[in-house]
Amino acid sequence: MNRAEPAAGAPLLELEGVTVRLPVEGSMQAVLQDVSFAIRPGEALGLVGESGSGKSMTARAIDRLLPPGAAVTGRVRFGGRDVMTLSGADLKRFRGEVAMIFQDPRAHTNPVRRIGDFMTEALRTNARVPMDEAARRAVDLLASVGIEDGDRRLRQYPHELSGGLLQRVMIATALLTRPRLLLADEPTTALDVTTQAEVLAILDNLRSELSLAMLFITHNLELAAAICDRTVVMYAGQVVEVRESNRLHDQPLHPYTAALAAARPSIDATAHRLTAIPGRPLSAFEAPAEACAFTARCPYAADVCRERRPALVELDGGLTRCARARELFGRLEVELHA
Amino acid sequence: MSVAAGLATAAWRRYRAGRQRRTSPVLIASAAVIVLATFVAVAGPLLAPYNPDLPDLSQYFVGPTPDHLLGFDAQGRDVLSRLLVGARTSMLGPLAVTLMCMTLGSLLAVTAAWRGGIIDAFISSGLDILFAFPGILLAVLAAAVFGAGLLAPVLALSVAYTPYVARVLRGAALRERAQPYIAALEVQGASSVAICLRHLIPNMLHLIVAQATTLFGYAMVDLAAISFLGLGVQPPSADWGVMVSENQQGIIQGFPIPALAAGVCIVFVVIAFNLLGERLYERGEARR
Amino acid sequence: MPEPVLEVEGLRKEFGPRLAVDDVGFTIPQGGSLAIVGESGSGKTTVAKMIVGLERPTGGTIRACGRDRSTPARSTRERRRRGREVQIVFQDPYTSLDPRQTMEEAIDEVLRMHQGWQPKRRMERVRELSDMVGLDARQARALPRSLSGGQRQRVAIARALAAEPRVLILDESVAALDVSIQAQVLNLLADIRDETAISFVVISHDLAVVRQLTEQIVVMWRGRLVERGQTADVLDHPQADYTKLLRASVPKPGWKPQRRPAVATG
Repeated sequence: MNRAEPAAGAPLLELEGVTVRLPVEGSMQAVLQDVSFAIRPGEALGLVGESGSGKSMTARAIDRLLPPGAAVTGRVRFGGRDVMTLSGADLKRFRGEVAMIFQDPRAHTNPVRRIGDFMTEALRTNARVPMDEAARRAVDLLASVGIEDGDRRLRQYPHELSGGLLQRVMIATALLTRPRLLLADEPTTALDVTTQAEVLAILDNLRSELSLAMLFITHNLELAAAICDRTVVMYAGQVVEVRESNRLHDQPLHPYTAALAAARPSIDATAHRLTAIPGRPLSAFEAPAEACAFTARCPYAADVCRERRPALVELDGGLTRCARARELFGRLEVELHA
Repeated sequence: MSVAAGLATAAWRRYRAGRQRRTSPVLIASAAVIVLATFVAVAGPLLAPYNPDLPDLSQYFVGPTPDHLLGFDAQGRDVLSRLLVGARTSMLGPLAVTLMCMTLGSLLAVTAAWRGGIIDAFISSGLDILFAFPGILLAVLAAAVFGAGLLAPVLALSVAYTPYVARVLRGAALRERAQPYIAALEVQGASSVAICLRHLIPNMLHLIVAQATTLFGYAMVDLAAISFLGLGVQPPSADWGVMVSENQQGIIQGFPIPALAAGVCIVFVVIAFNLLGERLYERGEARR
Repeated sequence: MPEPVLEVEGLRKEFGPRLAVDDVGFTIPQGGSLAIVGESGSGKTTVAKMIVGLERPTGGTIRACGRDRSTPARSTRERRRRGREVQIVFQDPYTSLDPRQTMEEAIDEVLRMHQGWQPKRRMERVRELSDMVGLDARQARALPRSLSGGQRQRVAIARALAAEPRVLILDESVAALDVSIQAQVLNLLADIRDETAISFVVISHDLAVVRQLTEQIVVMWRGRLVERGQTADVLDHPQADYTKLLRASVPKPGWKPQRRPAVATG
């Protein structure tokens, strides 16, 4: 396969000031606001946010699956090439190198088509791989996601498989085109916790074997922190924090991240009350243009937060979009968890 | 966990809602046609410029004149007057069929869906048997047995169409019955009748209305066909279906207006009802 | 030992050849709270449905406030009395409200069913309940489609409380909510417990939520109880293999996902 090889150390995927506007009630409104981050080859990047934060829209923007009428500015580069201008064979190749898995595998399979048919479709039609060769590869990949009786599974229909099994089939399918980046949109949210652990373990193994990069989208901060190298936190269509995952809980940079962590009940201790964040999450188009989007819910909001939208600034090896970040550094985790 | 969580972000919902909220010109046009037809059905005899039943054989298939805008029919009667007066029977028949079908169909559908088990099986297989009879054949049969006129075909079509209505509504009722809000009402101790009347049926109303409008169109075409065959409304009564039948020789003889005018009325009203039904259903779904 | 509000004994449910619930039993003292945890297919939701009368048990008994409810209610009066004993809040806030009813109307309907009150008294109660769950008058008069998920779930909680039940079953009631909203609703539930001496049965797969809301816990696996005890004890020192696996599967910083080892029957 002819791949655009990035220079050593260069990011595999790079988003630069991506803004997406959709026609909402007659006017164009931003659903993503100046989103920038990068994924290095083989890196697992978490993308965390509540509903309306734009996390799924970000994945759609990367894979060029935005709804009709969407206006995009900014740049998405994959392997050094501008994704927005790809067309024809280049676009096809790009789609093969960037695979996607979703929350609800059942909604993404055709109930009347067999697993084998579904799995090998992309290979047979796009890469013109003969049927038996495609099936052989599918069985190999099923084995690598822990499904040993692949031959039998290929002849089954989606309804004959449990949710966890079907999600593993989806992972195997996504890997058939030998992608370099996996966009995983809440892939384990619909699964039981023990099944989730298993699917994640499989993903983890495969990723290191194939040096596959991953964008892991989830609403679960603990989950992202546990399995990703770095985590991007989004709020109201903006990136508010980018941080090494292992420091996200101990030393969050943005009050929203700290508040999100504090709002979750703990499995290790019983608290009488939780530190809830007042109000509800904002959508991007509800966010004020001239202020920090989190102001209304932030216990640390001050005049400076209401004057202009803060820029993403570097702090302690991470990035944060908070006007008072430096001042609050080291205090958030202590005060909010009290 | 919501299945559509990936897409159901607030932005996405509003984006979709925005696309659906625009009032479509098709909807307005359909509603206008229906309002006009209904008005004529009520006030037709008052609007008719001439006696619709008065023949004047000297005016056999005379084309439009300034006084008689649509000319005369095969028996020299004023076509416009007959159209205006004929609207009443032409609209009343389908209305009766629709009302009967919807009442019977909803009742059967909700009963089957709510009770389930043996009762559902009984109703469903009964409907399946009725499915086997084509509506128009049943109506011809009924007319042959009970005599021609409006009543027999209306009853026959009601019986023939009820299975279609009931089947669609039963599916919807089953879906609605499985909603947790219905279970919540059961846990509260509300009675089945109260739940069905106050919650289940109102939540199916958009589908019921949509079905009714579509059915009205079908019934109108069928009743016109039956009239055309001479088994429905009897001449000399003014009726659109009868008018097509009476004036068919005019089409061959180069005087298409009398038959065509009645045909065009039927087609316009049927299309208007169908389009309205479709749009009403889409709106009802979008509002949920 | 206070009088139990809910006693379940030898509960069993078969769906055709499949045994969904097998010999499940527990009691909840007045004001106490119990968690039923397990994965999908463990039978926990079936147990909840049997308690509220949406499924009929194949065997075993369920008693609430000392009265048997293992067979269907025979009269409207009996059905309503059961409604005043146990209520339930479902998982999905988007389908658990009638889309055509405002919160005011929904609660008023429940009050009319259970209390012989005048309209004025009912309106007062609607206002009390909406205050309690933190919704303002405008939201109480809005249709569900203009409310957010968290607000809808508050409406569902208020509606369940309108019957003044002794036991409230929360069937994954906060699972579909955003984290920040989930915390608000969990705090709301804690307040309600403090104020009303109501008992909770919390059906959940989320062990952290369970720890937050309950004192007692039972763990279900394939239709059976595999472990029971004080919630904190069981979560801190799980005994059954399945509970240990469940506990180990919860992600936290430094967590390494594990392939599932074979689980021996607990």
